[in-house]
Amino acid sequence: MSLAAAAAAPSGFLSPTGVEIAFVLVGIATLGAALISVTTKQLVHAALWLVVALGGLAVEYLLLTAEFIAWVQVLIYVGSVVVLILFGLMLTRAPIGRSPDADSDNRWVAVTVAAASAITLVWVVVDAFRTTWIELDGSVQGSTKVTGQTLFQHWVLPFEALSVLLLAALVGAIVLSRKNQDQDKES
Amino acid sequence: MHLAYPAVLAVLLFSIGLYGVLGRRNAILVLMSVELMLNAVNLNLVAFDVWLRDTLHAGQALTLFTITIAAAEIGIGLAIVLLVYRNRGSSDVDRLTDLAENGLAGTGPAGAGSTPDAAADEKAEATA
Repeated sequence: MSLAAAAAAPSGFLSPTGVEIAFVLVGIATLGAALISVTTKQLVHAALWLVVALGGLAVEYLLLTAEFIAWVQVLIYVGSVVVLILFGLMLTRAPIGRSPDADSDNRWVAVTVAAASAITLVWVVVDAFRTTWIELDGSVQGSTKVTGQTLFQHWVLPFEALSVLLLAALVGAIVLSRKNQDQDKES
Repeated sequence: MHLAYPAVLAVLLFSIGLYGVLGRRNAILVLMSVELMLNAVNLNLVAFDVWLRDTLHAGQALTLFTITIAAAEIGIGLAIVLLVYRNRGSSDVDRLTDLAENGLAGTGPAGAGSTPDAAADEKAEATA
């Protein structure tokens, strides 16, 4: 299939389409935001840069014609996960401003491991998909209609199981964060 | 679009998340890095789903499931981090060395591991 796609569309690295240029630009912004998010010493700024990274990923989903996933990404990640993280930072009394102990002592080991994994995986991925093109010109792959039909025709059972999992996680979080009555009496 | 673009972007995001998980000290920052890694996986799933033109759209369905599980994970994770913070007064993953061996715990920056196990346990009980 990849060979057929390559033969049908004589595209290459030297003649990028508009979608590719947009994808690369948004990807650079996303990577930069993610990099700042894991290296900055200001904890609240890290959460806010995470918003930029996740929003950039939503744009990438839109460029890949997965509309529904993009909006779910904006709703769930940017809307609720980052808000949860900000609440967590506030409840653990994260200092406003620079906190010098944000990075661990073994960060150079972490840099080494991350760089090694990045080099290895980029090499493997580029080597494997050198002659593979995605056709984005056809029908939209991830419109809400298509996603809803497949989700509720073929994926109903995992979907319902997942809702039970979400309920269990909610109950677990409530039980964990509830103050213990015995401890309150002791203290 | 060349498939290498989304694949390489996902790989780099995953590596950045890996660095964050290994190199950060605050537990909430570690959770944020885990989110970055999960998002890299999601991008891979969507890109391959669009490439393969799957009739079941397994990639996009699994992406939705991953997003849901990530939301559950961040809820439970933050609850655990808050509990640890309430009991210990710190959300510093390097200082949670009560289960470490003696020799290993002594290298921790907190210095709490240098005391014998019994004393450390008593201290944990007292702060709880």
